This record gives sequence, C-alpha cells and structure tokens, in this order.
Amino acid sequence: MPATRMSRTPLPGIGVRYDLTTREDRHLSVVAGRDGTRVLNTYSRDDPDECSLSVRLTPNESEALIDALMPSHHSPSLLSTTDLGLVAERIELGASALWNGRLLGDTRMRTETGVSIVAVLRRADAIPSPGPDFRLAGGDTLIVIGTREGVDAAALILERE
Amino acid sequence: MHSSAVFLIEFGAIILGLGLLGRLAGRLKFSPIPLYLLAGLAFGEGGLLPLGASEEFVAIGAEIGVILLLLMLGLEYTASDLVGNLKTQYPAGLVDGALNALPGAAMALLLGWGPVAAVVLAGVTWISSSGVIAKVLGDLGRLGNRETPVVLSILVLEDLAMAVYLPIITALLAGAGLAAGSLTLAIALGVAGLVLFLAVRYGRLISRFVSSDDPEKLLLVVLGLTLLVAGVAQQLQVSAAVGAFLVGIALSGEAAEGAHNLLSPLRDLFAAVFFVFFGLHTDPSSIPPVLLPALALAVVTAGTKIATGYWAARRAGISVKGRWRAGGTLVARGEFSIVIAGLAVSAGIEPSLGPLATAYVLLLVIIGPLTARYTEPIASLLTRRFRPAAAASATGAATGADAGAAVGTPGPRESFEDQPTPVGDATSRHS
Repeated sequence: MPATRMSRTPLPGIGVRYDLTTREDRHLSVVAGRDGTRVLNTYSRDDPDECSLSVRLTPNESEALIDALMPSHHSPSLLSTTDLGLVAERIELGASALWNGRLLGDTRMRTETGVSIVAVLRRADAIPSPGPDFRLAGGDTLIVIGTREGVDAAALILERE
Repeated sequence: MHSSAVFLIEFGAIILGLGLLGRLAGRLKFSPIPLYLLAGLAFGEGGLLPLGASEEFVAIGAEIGVILLLLMLGLEYTASDLVGNLKTQYPAGLVDGALNALPGAAMALLLGWGPVAAVVLAGVTWISSSGVIAKVLGDLGRLGNRETPVVLSILVLEDLAMAVYLPIITALLAGAGLAAGSLTLAIALGVAGLVLFLAVRYGRLISRFVSSDDPEKLLLVVLGLTLLVAGVAQQLQVSAAVGAFLVGIALSGEAAEGAHNLLSPLRDLFAAVFFVFFGLHTDPSSIPPVLLPALALAVVTAGTKIATGYWAARRAGISVKGRWRAGGTLVARGEFSIVIAGLAVSAGIEPSLGPLATAYVLLLVIIGPLTARYTEPIASLLTRRFRPAAAASATGAATGADAGAAVGTPGPRESFEDQPTPVGDATSRHS
C-alpha cells in the first residue's frame, strides 16, 4: 500500500490547493487560505473541473473535522463512552493566559477538578505525563482526561487571563 | 477652532455614509466600490453638497489609499509566485494585455483624445479587479475548481504588468520627453527587477528586519517603510503606487501575514476615501455624454476578457465548461482601473476621461459577478442549441473530456503543480 499522494497547486493571493484522488477514483481538494480558513471541495464525476460541493471551514471547524477523520486512536472522544463517563479533551493555553510561564502545579488542577493532564503538546512534540514542576507556556495544548464536569472546570481554570 | 469642527463633521459624515453604504452593499452581496463612487459623485463638484474643509484631507487620504491598495496587493504575492507565473504563463499575460488594452486605446483615439489618454484608457480596460474576482470565486464556491489557478495567474501577471505600466503612465502624464521617459522606465524596471531579485534571494532577511511580535511596532515599521519608499519612488518619477507594491512583494512570511492583518482595516478605510475622492472630482453632469462609449467599451472588453479566459484555460487543458467559467470570471474591473484613471485625472489631461472610466467601472463591477456566474450556463445552452454548427467548427476537446489528457501544448498542467508530495503523518497541524 503506497503512501497516499496529494498534489499541491499554489493559488497566488489566496493560498494553496491540495488535491487527493481516492482509491475509488473520486476527487477531493482542500483550499488552504493563508488566513487559516479552509475550503473543502468535492468534484462530480461528469465535470471534473468544477466543485460539486464547496464548504468553508473556520480553523476550529477544521480541527474538529480532522479529529473526526483521524484513525480512532487520535480521537479526543476516545473515552467519551457513556459507560465510562470519562472524556478526553484538548485545551489550548492562550498567549495571554494567566498560566503562561507558570508551573503546572500552581494551577492545582487535580485538586480543584479531579482531572488528569496526560500530555502537553508543544509545537511538534508531545510531553507525556507532565509533573507539577512542569512550566507551561502560551500556545501549549493540554490533553486532559476526567469527567465531563471536571474537564469543563479545567477549561475554565486554564482560560483565566 | 471653528474650521476643525466643520472638518470633523464633514469627514465624519463621509465615513459614516460610506459605512452605511458598505452595509447596504453587503446585504445586496455586491462590491461596495460602485456605491463609494456614486457617493463621491453625489457630492462635490456639481453634486448636491460641495465639500469645503475636508477637501484637502480627503485628497491626501486618497493618495494613501492608492498606496495601501498596492501594498496589500504586493503582500498577497510572494516574489516566487510572480517569477514562477511569469515563466510559465507569460503567453496568457500577453494575450490578456493585447486583447483587453487595445480596445481602450482604440476608443480613446476614436474620441480624438490623443496618445497619452489612449495609453491611460488602455490600462483602465486591461486590468481586472483581483479583489472583486477573489471574492466572487469564494462566493460561488469555485476556489477548488480546476480553472481557478488559470484565472489567478492572469491576475498575478496583470499586477506584475502594473509595476511596469504605472511608471510609463507617470512619465507620460508628467509630459516627459522620449529620452526622459525612457530613463524613467529604465530606472523603474531596474528597481523592480532588483526588488524582485532581492525578495527572492533575501526575502527572509528583509522580513526579519521588519518582523516584530508587537503589532503596534510592526504596523508603524511597515507603514512608515511603505510611505517612505512610495515617496522616494514618486520623487524618482516611478510612481508611488509601484514603490508600495514592491515593498509588499519584498515582505514575505510572518511579516507579510502580520502586516496583512494589521493593515487591512486601514486599507479599507483609505481605499474607500480614494473612491469617494475620485467621485468627488467627477462632475455627474459629465457622465451622460460618455455613457454610450463607456457602454460600448464595457461590452467589447467583457467579450475580450471572456475570450482571454477561454484561451488561457484551453491552454491549461481545462474542459470547455471550465473555459467559459474562467472567461466570465475575469470580466470584473474595479479598483485598479480607478487608480489608473485617478492618475490621469490628477494630472489634468482629457477632462472626459474620468467620467468615462467611472461609468465603465460602474458597469463592469456590476456586470462582472454576473458574467462569472452565468457565462458558462449561457454558453452551454447556446452550444447545445447550435450543436450541428459547433460540431462543424473544430474547437477540439469534447465537453467533459478528462482535462488530464494532454492538449497539444507540452504539459502545461505540470507548470501549475509541484511534484505530488506524499502525505505521511499529519503532524504538521497547527493550533
């Protein structure tokens, strides 16, 4: 099974178009705008030049769609089965967040909300099981696991400015 | 300070009026440019309400508007975009120039306006509106279409051509002789070439110099640099707009991205002021006499743009439907036609040129989105009706033919596309 190949077409002034032809010979493309918006396009079989569907996505919608498209072990909702009652979520730390540059222990996250922070994603790498002396930075994404209420409370804590 | 109060009231009323017009345009799903022009026409010379105190400020604002328009245009493109497009698409650019500039020039000569006005009007009919077209493509859900890169590359070439054309116009309007004019042009071309070269080679360094994490500093540095370069360019008789365009080209990456976001609102404000200013200096009563030539010119150059798009898309191996779509999309003219006409108006050549350009742009900025939408269905309908006749004429590719098949010209599609990149893991996701 060879790697899926995507071709790039520059769209000057707009961004880049990525094209994918599936094994069933259907065409898909994503227009990546430079402002972070994405447009997902599908093509009909009878006019391969024209989009039969063209959906504009905000960065957040794209994130959500990527998560849905990822093979299941990447899915944040992996644990959100009703019988477990646990959810896992990504929570991003803004640059203006209160915790930017502070220690993870200072957030008293586990005491306050009962959630666990299983990993921190920073740029291209992930730091698994960060300890209380781990120093947070703006732009970090925390992978948080806990009850629905706990995760929501954790998000509120992390969003403090 | 009585006069400053009057100024604030006047200028505030203008801006507020523009804002309301912009909202109206948004509701009608139209470009606000024609409404701004009409607002300018309604006031000022021969209009309802001559402006007094804010005249001077509006004039300066208009100049800044042109500079910001061109700067933002330059920011849209990277130098490699321009060079790459120039290498692969120059025939389309030449056809576009020949088909669309000549009708304008011919019309000016027919009206007996002389050669300088002919060159100006050629530019007015030549340059499509990248702003209007990009918006139309997005609205019609055609960003992913196969003919879209063709349309965009023609726009890129036109914008690049502006960098050569504007200095020529500036020299001609200044009444420079052949020797002085050639010197100006040589300087302009040399500077443009140098900037492109520097931007391709050292774009990172330039951007690093400008780049700043603090939006405020970035704004001041980019705006200051742009105005400074524009001023120097003006002094060298190269045209301020071209200087600004080249600054935009030279900035790339993060600096361009940041500057783009910061300057967009400023550009919108001053560009609107510029359109109003242009309208203010056009006497509404001078429009009816030129309405007929403007209409004729609009019809002819809508046709020539459609032909241009059709030809360029065919060259890129797009099927017939896509060719009509590409043609129809290119019809809209807008901000840059007004910029070119504005130069002529402020230089004070042919008095009817401003009104003609105004009427022409008003027509095409409204017709353009419609041709983008309906050219293909209408053309398909007609060709279906005249199927026997169409079969007789050897246009070649059958409708719906796989555009991937080579179409005579040696692999034009490869010129658009890099090598396919294997997509392994999607770690390159940004948050």
